[in-house]
Amino acid sequence: MAGFLVRRILGALVILMIISAVTFYLFYAIPRDPARAFCGKICRPETLDLIRHNLGMDEPLFVQYWHWLAGIFMGREFVQFGACPAPCLGYSFATQEPVFSAILDRFPVTLSLTLGASLVILSFGILTGMLAAWKVGRPLDKIASSSSVIGASLQIYFIGPLLAFYLVDTLELIPRPSYVPVSEDPVGWFTHLLLPWVVLSIIFTANYTRMTRSQMVEQLTEDYVRTARAKGMSGRTVFFRFAWRGAMIPIVTIFGVDLAALLGGAIITEQTFTLHGIGELAVRAVQNTDLPMLLGVTIVGATAIVILNIVVDVLYAVIDPRVRLS
Amino acid sequence: MSNLEQQVTTSPPGPFLSVRDLSVEFSTEDGIVHAVDGLSFDLRKGTTLGIVGESGSGKSVTNLAILGLHDPDHTKIGGEIWLEDRELTGADRATMERLRGNRISMIFQDPLTALSPFHTIGRQIGEVYRKHRGASKKEARERAIEMLSRVGIPQPATRVDHYPHEFSGGMRQRAMIAMALVCDPDLVIADEPTTALDVTVQAQILDLLKELQQQTGTAVILITHDLGVVANTADDILVMYAGRAVERGTVREVLTEPRHPYTWGLLSSMPRLTSSVDAPLKPVRGTPPSLLSPPPGCPFHPRCDYPELAGPELCRTQRPEISPATGHGDACYLSLRQKTEIRTAQIEDHA
Ligand SMILES: Nc1ncnc2c1ncn2[C@@H]1O[C@H](COP(=O)(O)OP(=O)(O)OP(=O)(O)O)[C@@H](O)[C@H]1O
Ligand SMILES: [Mg+2]
Repeated sequence: MAGFLVRRILGALVILMIISAVTFYLFYAIPRDPARAFCGKICRPETLDLIRHNLGMDEPLFVQYWHWLAGIFMGREFVQFGACPAPCLGYSFATQEPVFSAILDRFPVTLSLTLGASLVILSFGILTGMLAAWKVGRPLDKIASSSSVIGASLQIYFIGPLLAFYLVDTLELIPRPSYVPVSEDPVGWFTHLLLPWVVLSIIFTANYTRMTRSQMVEQLTEDYVRTARAKGMSGRTVFFRFAWRGAMIPIVTIFGVDLAALLGGAIITEQTFTLHGIGELAVRAVQNTDLPMLLGVTIVGATAIVILNIVVDVLYAVIDPRVRLS
Repeated sequence: MSNLEQQVTTSPPGPFLSVRDLSVEFSTEDGIVHAVDGLSFDLRKGTTLGIVGESGSGKSVTNLAILGLHDPDHTKIGGEIWLEDRELTGADRATMERLRGNRISMIFQDPLTALSPFHTIGRQIGEVYRKHRGASKKEARERAIEMLSRVGIPQPATRVDHYPHEFSGGMRQRAMIAMALVCDPDLVIADEPTTALDVTVQAQILDLLKELQQQTGTAVILITHDLGVVANTADDILVMYAGRAVERGTVREVLTEPRHPYTWGLLSSMPRLTSSVDAPLKPVRGTPPSLLSPPPGCPFHPRCDYPELAGPELCRTQRPEISPATGHGDACYLSLRQKTEIRTAQIEDHA
């Protein structure tokens, strides 16, 4: 298990390097010059050069990338901002604030949103899927299956405002979504994020209901399930102790893949409810051609996904003993 | 409840398992599959019955019906299955759950897929013991170790914590046998227990089964394609064709004086030590009938070489019942004399 973890972490580092290098390169492929944006309407060539120099953009691409990378581990010195301690992701072109602390400020919002939604998706999706499979063909199954089709066809920016209108404005059941730090007020944190969690998880939950149902139905035809019944195990035991394990393997795999989509959904959700998370930073960074911010957001997002994927792999090994050996 | 279960019943002397006019029908998208149709047979206490027949003849379906493992939503089961004084086709779910793994257990063909990949061998064996004997976790584990050593698995105290994928094919089947025998059942159904194994391991597993049966006195139903296996292991044989019994008798009777044309075909389709090396192996010609719309008359008549001997229309229109009612019997309209003549001629041909 330890060797497995070390290998996965090394692999993750390589992946993160590649992602950052590709983002770096792609940014320069955009025919838009951030120095020119800084320079304003009337821009003299000397000023432009100076800005370029100050931004570090007059050096070869790989040197710039190297500075950036080294800054993460060792910190950096900037002409106009002074020392930037490790982990340094540079300063925003647009707002001049340190990228790392800007991200750190907003990270809890996005993390709360994603993790909370994951929990809702997994618990709710799996639960309803199991119930549907338990009662295949019965009314409960039909309700679960058809509501999952409806759920899957909804859009965040459609149901978000709609639910906000009814639940927040009209019925005043829950407070308007915002971010309350969990350390200050856990209850407030929970109630203020409830709607975003629900909205973000609805579209995914539907998928997990369907997958769990079909996986369970398939597992129930497996030989080992028949053996369990032949041993005298009751239907419920067979369902919840045997078939369950087999059904979870593909679910966990798909969830690993879905994590990136979930983060994307979190960004849309943030926009929908004007939560100040990473998503907002990312959107603004793109609009402003803010290279350090863009790189920072990308690499932090990618790191989060990679870490969660390692967690998923560990989960996988816990469920399936056959994975533990290889 | 379990006191009631175990109370001594004064059952009339007779077969231990008695299947009467069993029928199993599956409703499918294409129609109703008559997988088993009018099957009757008996099993004496402590003996081994070999069930043979081509693929699709209903061997597995029959035995799953005994255990009540068919999906009740898509299956219609008719007839009677008597286990001593208890009728099983009409038994409720709880009764069947108490019987399975306890008084009747099953060994499946492929131990790799039939064992749960997610639980240790010890747990899979132990949970049967816990379920039916109310044993504690510790007792169940000790029992599992004991069973593993009885089926010849080395270092059972270590092996008990391993997962099926850490076992070899032969060891997995031994573990499966341990699981089947953990509650000292009266009846073990082994559905092609060696088909998925290496040839070298097959004999070992069969020997083990035989040995354990002699020790415990449990009755065994052994399903197989291999008449050689039956010859070595079974006391009685039931030959099935298209969901029906076509011949039954002791091993000696059926193998030395086979009476049904289908049994003749089965015998000549397998290599024999007694016949000369270059005697051709003849598979039974033709294919089994459709189970969706079985032909009228004898189900074997389209593949039979002698339907006209029994009278012009008889085989095509009327279904033969197995006769005589006990002992060596077969379901065919040919007279005993005709059969003996045909058989003698066949054997002369072969020699
Ligand atoms: N659940 C089911 N639904 C529909 N048809 C079925 C079902 N189970 C079995 N059958 C059909 O019933 C027939 C008998 O099947 P069975 O498995 O008993 O054959 P078998 O004698 O065990 O063959 P084999 O030697 O290949 O194991 C086959 O034609 C099979 O396709
Ligand atoms: Mg079979």
